[in-house]
Amino acid sequence: MGAPKFAVDPQTLVGMELPQQRAFVEPRRLKFFLDTIGEKDPVYLDPAAARAAGFRDIPIPPTYMFCLQSLDNPGPNRILELLGVDIGRILHGEQKFIYHKAACVGDELVFQARIGSIVDKKGGALTMVAQDIRVENGQGEHIADITNTLVIRNPQDEKGAA
Amino acid sequence: MSTTTAALKVGDTPVSRSYGPITRHELALYCGASGDHNPIHVDSDFAKASGFPDVFTHGMFVMARLGMALNAVFPTAAIREYGVRFASITQVGARITCEGKVTAIEEVNGERRARLELTARDQNNDVKLKGEAVVALPQGDRA
Repeated sequence: MGAPKFAVDPQTLVGMELPQQRAFVEPRRLKFFLDTIGEKDPVYLDPAAARAAGFRDIPIPPTYMFCLQSLDNPGPNRILELLGVDIGRILHGEQKFIYHKAACVGDELVFQARIGSIVDKKGGALTMVAQDIRVENGQGEHIADITNTLVIRNPQDEKGAA
Repeated sequence: MSTTTAALKVGDTPVSRSYGPITRHELALYCGASGDHNPIHVDSDFAKASGFPDVFTHGMFVMARLGMALNAVFPTAAIREYGVRFASITQVGARITCEGKVTAIEEVNGERRARLELTARDQNNDVKLKGEAVVALPQGDRA
């Protein structure tokens, strides 16, 4: 297979817990996200509509937890850093959210990620890194489980991978 | 809305929504809005140096729009699970059509739920995202 594709043997990272990350659901930042994707549902824009729907305050839309993790934790992606992988080599493979409780404006969320598996695909042209992330709110309530699969494109001797 | 979703059955396609072409400007805004600052989505020099013909859409931007299409039918409090596989890269200019088809109606802990198969396709009918959602249904008015 030629030169090593990673800074460390990926299998030594499987099961590793990554440092805990915290993030705040800030109203103006959330509004920017809603405007960007074009969401106009009053439940996300008007606190009164959110309360009428049974929420404490404006809830976050289905994919926003993924954004919060990045927004409040700038800097290099920890997994890429550990593996020694340039950001230009990655693609997003899979993403899943299981929701237990709503997250609303004003909440602080805590993300605890664990590296679930690291598997080669397409004869080693791609490496899939799966993370399992448990999300709690500031009260310690378990509000969601997230799974995320990153695809790393590996350098090829012959022609480049798609 | 609740009466229509209460009456859903396997094979129905309650989720159906199309969006206009994705612009470079939207990709720039999405970087800031999402905190995903990978230059591959906005810097064509970087994208080319990484082996791509041009910048391309954040998968999560398309997932957000597919989520909006789902959310237009099922209130956010009803969404139990939402997951996708990013089947192929979504190019700049893609016009995305989102669809969701009911594949099962089940009862979990006394709650009626629908399982939906979701797709996001571009104007060439290429599948960009393939996913699944589980949503809670209102108690049906049994006919």
